[in-house]
Amino acid sequence: MWDYSEKVQEHFFNPRNAGPLQDANAVGDVGSIQCGDALRLMLKVDPESERILDAHFQTFGCGSAIASSSALTEIVKGLTLDEALQVSNQQIADYLDGLPPEKMHCSVMGREALQAAVANYRGEAWADDHTEGAMVCKCFAVDSSLIEEVVRANGLTTVEQVTHYTKAGGGCCSCHEGIEDILADISAERCTAPMPPALAETPKETAPAECAPTPKPRLTNFQRMRRIEETIEAIRPMLQRDHGDVEIVEIDSRNVYVNLQGACQGCMMEQATLSGIQAQLVEALGEFVQLLPASLMTKRQGGAA
Amino acid sequence: MNPIYLDNNATTACDPAVVEAMLPFFTEQFGNASSMHSFGNKVAQAIKDARAGVCELLGAEYESEIVFTSCGTESDSTAILSALKAQPERNQVITTAVEHPAVLALCEYLEKEGVVVHRLGVDRKGRLDLDEYRALLSPRTAIVSAMWANNETGTIFPIEEMAEMAHDVGAMFHTDAVQAVGKVDIDVRRTCIDMLSLSGHKLHAPKGIGVLYLRRNTRFRPLLRGGHQERGRRAGTENAASIVGLGVAARLALEHMAYENGEVKRLRDRLESGILAQVPCAFATGDTTNRLPNTSNIAFEFVEGEAILLLLNKQGIAASSGSACTSGSLEPSHVMRAMGIPYTAAHGTIRFSLSRYTTEAEVDRVIEAVPPIIAALRDLSPYWADQAAERTAEKRASTAGPSTAAFKPSFA
Ligand SMILES: Cc1ncc(COP(=O)(O)O)c(C=O)c1O
Ligand code: FES
Repeated sequence: MWDYSEKVQEHFFNPRNAGPLQDANAVGDVGSIQCGDALRLMLKVDPESERILDAHFQTFGCGSAIASSSALTEIVKGLTLDEALQVSNQQIADYLDGLPPEKMHCSVMGREALQAAVANYRGEAWADDHTEGAMVCKCFAVDSSLIEEVVRANGLTTVEQVTHYTKAGGGCCSCHEGIEDILADISAERCTAPMPPALAETPKETAPAECAPTPKPRLTNFQRMRRIEETIEAIRPMLQRDHGDVEIVEIDSRNVYVNLQGACQGCMMEQATLSGIQAQLVEALGEFVQLLPASLMTKRQGGAA
Repeated sequence: MNPIYLDNNATTACDPAVVEAMLPFFTEQFGNASSMHSFGNKVAQAIKDARAGVCELLGAEYESEIVFTSCGTESDSTAILSALKAQPERNQVITTAVEHPAVLALCEYLEKEGVVVHRLGVDRKGRLDLDEYRALLSPRTAIVSAMWANNETGTIFPIEEMAEMAHDVGAMFHTDAVQAVGKVDIDVRRTCIDMLSLSGHKLHAPKGIGVLYLRRNTRFRPLLRGGHQERGRRAGTENAASIVGLGVAARLALEHMAYENGEVKRLRDRLESGILAQVPCAFATGDTTNRLPNTSNIAFEFVEGEAILLLLNKQGIAASSGSACTSGSLEPSHVMRAMGIPYTAAHGTIRFSLSRYTTEAEVDRVIEAVPPIIAALRDLSPYWADQAAERTAEKRASTAGPSTAAFKPSFA
């Protein structure tokens, strides 16, 4: 039995705003019957103020899908479209006092329905681009497609690296066999597939025996900053997937100050996220740098000056 | 309102007689069966008696053919691994696409180790194609492992015939009879099955006790090595209390076999036809002409199984579902997919599994409870409205006879 909060149960048994909305002028359809959940969000938007006057839903799905839909309609009522677009899936989950990790995708579906409905209102095209794989790490709700993507994009070869990049495997460790299987599959792929030129250049692609850190030529200050920027850019989509973001504020010799934004901010994994990004910077630069929250900047710099 | 338990394929309640027989083995009868004193001796005697009970249930010839294990899963693993280790010249396994994960997950693992695994597909009613099976059998086949009855649909496979076909190529034959024991008339002496798994908690014995039936003269390699318990074929001090419980449960199962295939079957049929008569766009899955007497698996189109279960549970009714959401996976049950049940229905499959404790009053309460639940969820479903519109359009269009408007999916 799922560990559903009282709030989830309450919204499932007594869904708010269920059923069609007669004069809806913004409709978002997401999901499909294939994956077992689908949501149609219907909004009535005031054309003057772009404020959401009413919101209804129809959902095919499990208990938490229905509860998430119900919560979503309650959250967005009264918001302007721009405000509504700021609603994160975490907010939907929080509204319900949390969802089990396997069910977080229900809140993601809610957020996507919202984006689709707004796009529909504004006459824009909206493409559902998220792929979903089987849940691998239950501690941090990381699925196989995310792990595969990150392993491919960064040429990862160990469970430890996967943990740095995605958090997967950083808790109870019971998913390590699953992560190792993914690594093995992708590494087998690499051996047979012709190496893509972009990857072939990166030192990560060398055989394990040659994996010892190769001394890199020193970078100019400009090159170094560019390298830091590129590395952070590569990580950004991952954070955005969790509805967070990162911004470089200052680079001061070994200290890189950043602002974590959105869901990353104040999240209990903030430290882990920082050290994950730091590990990648260290690898990209071939030298030790420290990643620090921008809030520490004045203190440290002041002290040094 | 008393809760109604219709999830007996997941696990069953211990029979009170089973519990009563077990209790002394937690207190005064605590001895180790291997010990050379009266404490141990009494326990050894009780285990011997339980072994005889299991022999009677399976029709086994020798008591030494019964190996107690910790569960059905252990029995399955032991059987398949033993066959591969004992016959190094054979490295292929034949199984079916609809086995329990106890077999399927092991086979997936073995594949990575280089074992060749063939998985027989099933048709829309969950039946095997024996010609396809025959074509796969070869001198490289170490073991065939096929379940006697499917846990989700209750569909029964022609195990005795399949065992003979396996022997024709010199392969071993194992059957996971966890769901069949106590409901299907099993007499291993009449067959040439080499190994058979059963699990106590599916037949009113406790959880955590299983049996591997191992025909005399079958080459064997133990999974657990250590002490000489179970003649060295399954080391580890015996779970005396549970073994005693299983012995009692086995004898009770034999006594109730006729009841299971009479009264329980009648109640199952009453439940199934009662629900199907009232709920449109629903159908029974599996081979309804050849299945366990206690199991009914109904697919409700355009609704999702977990939502149904939560609403049933609110009314005190316990069942289970093959939907993806209940297991936390992405796909609906592998059994439904193997049968080619379309996604519109596969996510909404509900398994009702009865037992000898199920009453007619309970069945009638469920028949009453289900239709409004399905209707309410369909009202909530974006697909249902579209579907309903289509159906009324069809109805209007059809001039041929009084259409009962019973939407019949093409695969039903
Ligand atoms: C067909 C089948 N095989 C094996 C098992 C596993 O048995 P156990 O839970 O005793 O390991 C089950 C129980 O769910 C089952 O239904
Ligand atoms: S499941 Fe991945 S660390 Fe716990």
